[in-house]
Amino acid sequence: MKNFFASRWGIIVAGLAIGVIASVLQKLGNPSNMGLCMACFERDIAGALGFHQAGVVQYVRPEIIGIIIGSFVTSIFFKEFKPRSGSSPIIRFFLGVFAMIGALVFLGCPWRAFLRLAGGDWNAIIGIVGLAFGVGIGVIFLRSGFNLGRSYSSRSRFSGWVFPIVTVIIFIFFLLKLPFIHFSEKGPGSQYAPIAISLIAGLVIGFLANRSRFCTMGSIRDVILIRDFHLLSGVLAFTVAALIMNFIFGQFHPGFANPPIGHTDGLWNFLGMTLAGLAFALAGGCPGRQLILAGEGNGDSTVFVLGMLAGAGFAHNFSLASSPKGIGTYGAQATILGLIFCVVIGLFMIERRKA
Amino acid sequence: MNVIDTRGLSCPQPVVMTKKEINRGKGDFSILLDSVVAKENVLRVLERFQLQYKEIEENGEFKINVKRS
Repeated sequence: MKNFFASRWGIIVAGLAIGVIASVLQKLGNPSNMGLCMACFERDIAGALGFHQAGVVQYVRPEIIGIIIGSFVTSIFFKEFKPRSGSSPIIRFFLGVFAMIGALVFLGCPWRAFLRLAGGDWNAIIGIVGLAFGVGIGVIFLRSGFNLGRSYSSRSRFSGWVFPIVTVIIFIFFLLKLPFIHFSEKGPGSQYAPIAISLIAGLVIGFLANRSRFCTMGSIRDVILIRDFHLLSGVLAFTVAALIMNFIFGQFHPGFANPPIGHTDGLWNFLGMTLAGLAFALAGGCPGRQLILAGEGNGDSTVFVLGMLAGAGFAHNFSLASSPKGIGTYGAQATILGLIFCVVIGLFMIERRKA
Repeated sequence: MNVIDTRGLSCPQPVVMTKKEINRGKGDFSILLDSVVAKENVLRVLERFQLQYKEIEENGEFKINVKRS
């Protein structure tokens, strides 16, 4: 069976659809310029589970659950479900930690960076340039022979079921409103589209992103590394679709000042995304792509996602995350530390060419 | 014939290794892959360089034989 979504038109259709969904989710209640955001939504889940105590960002985002389950079901249906792991899991965990910290210094994953742009928040341009810069550094490592080593098929297919099952259990806890699941009463965590719609949106995105291999980091990496514009055409379609829908819904507010759930500190918008971009490049996928791979049974990507959850805990417990008032108390130091970590990993994981 | 074993390596490694082999410039080669995604990405590169190839699937793994005249 030929995979339509792997074609040029396929990825454009997928990008357009995801962009429309993002804008509609915002219209239906998700926070401003945050119809979708993998980093923010994972951070909200970390908060809902009590991994951090930032009261304004605690909510089990059904979109994330939907994306994982959507990818899981899609991969089983198309016989691509392949439990595997073993490619430097500990390094991937900490790449996830620092990717999250970088994203929360900027306030958004790459998906949201493009959505902020589509909402007229020009600070996003600085973030996207920073993202491309980080990915560019990653490409230098890739060209020099960087890789995290091989993964191996798991002995039992069940290992790939564990993470999807856990996410479903957490979702059930959330639906039952069990006392240990936190719900924001104000702030971004209290703004959300109806649960059923968020879940269905996530499932659809899980399907589309799985089949099309949609990846924001990869779109930039492939252009720099191999002059391939395939993934980029999907990301551009995503941005244009969100832009058009934002115009229709009156959600387009151009300018630099007072960005919704963002700040105007250009240097740290740039460096935060540089850190995130570099970490994603070394780990081989943006946060959305990592969720999709986690759904397919990829244990290494699952570890990266868990690293992002832990990173959200660090970011808020240690005052690293930014807020509309500006960067957090230790946001700058954490970003520098993260960049050093990534560069060291990049250097140490270069494979010397055999003679 | 050169055999490039990309099994277990995550993207973009299979593509990087394929491109390196293409740049080397001569002789037939084959690529071993174990994921459909990596295969799609590698085939896209081969098609961009207008290389002729034959695809063999076995037990969920792929072998792509590339002909270079």
